[in-house]
Amino acid sequence: MTENELLKIEEIELKLFLQAIYLKYGYDFDNYTKKHIKRRIKRRMQLDNFSSISKITEKLLYSEEYFRKIILKDLSINTTEMFRYPEFFKMIREDIIPILRTYPSINIWHAGASTGEEIFSMAILLKEEGLLEKTNIYATDFNLNVLNSAKKGIYSMEKVKKWTKNYQEAGGKKSFAEYYIAKYDSVIFDSALLKNVTFLEHNLVEDGSFIEANLIICRNVFIYFNNQLQERILKLFLDSLTRGGFLGLGSKESIKYNESKEKFNEISFKNKIYQKKYLE
Amino acid sequence: MKYKAVVIGGSAGSLKAIIKILKEINNEIVIPIVILFHLSEDNENELPLLLSKYINNIIKEAEDKEQIQENVIYTAPAMYHLQIEDNLKFSLLYSEKVNYSRPSIDILFETAAEAFNGNLLGILLTGANTDGAKGLKRIEDLGGHVIVQEPSTAYSAIMPEGAIKILKNPEVISLEEIGKNLNELMGIRE
Repeated sequence: MTENELLKIEEIELKLFLQAIYLKYGYDFDNYTKKHIKRRIKRRMQLDNFSSISKITEKLLYSEEYFRKIILKDLSINTTEMFRYPEFFKMIREDIIPILRTYPSINIWHAGASTGEEIFSMAILLKEEGLLEKTNIYATDFNLNVLNSAKKGIYSMEKVKKWTKNYQEAGGKKSFAEYYIAKYDSVIFDSALLKNVTFLEHNLVEDGSFIEANLIICRNVFIYFNNQLQERILKLFLDSLTRGGFLGLGSKESIKYNESKEKFNEISFKNKIYQKKYLE
Repeated sequence: MKYKAVVIGGSAGSLKAIIKILKEINNEIVIPIVILFHLSEDNENELPLLLSKYINNIIKEAEDKEQIQENVIYTAPAMYHLQIEDNLKFSLLYSEKVNYSRPSIDILFETAAEAFNGNLLGILLTGANTDGAKGLKRIEDLGGHVIVQEPSTAYSAIMPEGAIKILKNPEVISLEEIGKNLNELMGIRE
């Protein structure tokens, strides 16, 4: 059989794999970009010595534990860092915070909060601006395991050097080391930073709006979805934002190819910060 | 025309190489070209502007969910992996590094090979790690044409050598020859 024929079979197997996940566990990956999913699954094939994608499909149908602990983890992306793309946080601090400061209370939604690095980044920023007490942060992800890891605030020591640099570039006002305690090869972040953080399981693919947010942060999640799903999620964000509320995306993400772009003003092209229009 | 696109990979040192190649091409290129170099994380991508001096085609950074067009040369953004989906739209990916690289040449080449069902040209230039070898192999396996810069002419030979080792039938040639061959292989608008 030629590689081209094998490729066609693999495409069928991938569809069956995703359908099995949907029918058995209710997670719908149909509108995710497929290349990444395929890559992860083929890596899993190699790691667990499966001869085909169909063998993984069989395994996950009969073992919920295998699905939740292995496959769901494979399919979620948790590559992130604190104060990632520092300019973004600098702009939040300098341009967005002064507006949020005028409100009696602030709601921030981190959609796709993953292992919590951006939650801590935001909490540190809010603390330094004296707004942590009057802010409610909602941290959501479709994967409960990563949220549980976020709650612990434990990270590997080797990452801290880069994060410290990011923190300083993002306009940090103190020494970054004030926020964590080092222990062996790990650092544990101050749990008081999470006092006003609510962790919720929420799947952007199918769940609805649950708050009125002044700021929604969803960075490097959008790119995993096709146009159709991006459009759905933009509408969800519109429903969840107050008039004049802000949306922050990843540095190479854009709403340019989406219909709903008309409902937003672009605050910063570079930092991908948008504002929901007041009148619509 | 047999080939529907060209993908070109290399590390940061490939900049001079790509300019040499583009200089050999005088007229407008019809099929899309996607260029991916390993660039530093802090690098705001100035590649399109830089290369636009050497060729008449539109050169721009590839964007998430952008439909690939003919006559256009795309460059990969820094910090993200660049993939081509089966509907021939780009998609970006912020996941772990592959071969210590993000963007990874392997990811672009492998996804391009599948999206174009092997109907493409893959070119690997100079570089100091072996990213790109597997991707080029995938292009070859699916029926595409693969070209590797002659290692002795490369600024760093590790990348081309790594690919030559695992490929069945690569065309191993100098930069000047790559440019000339592209004229024939790609279909050039007179």
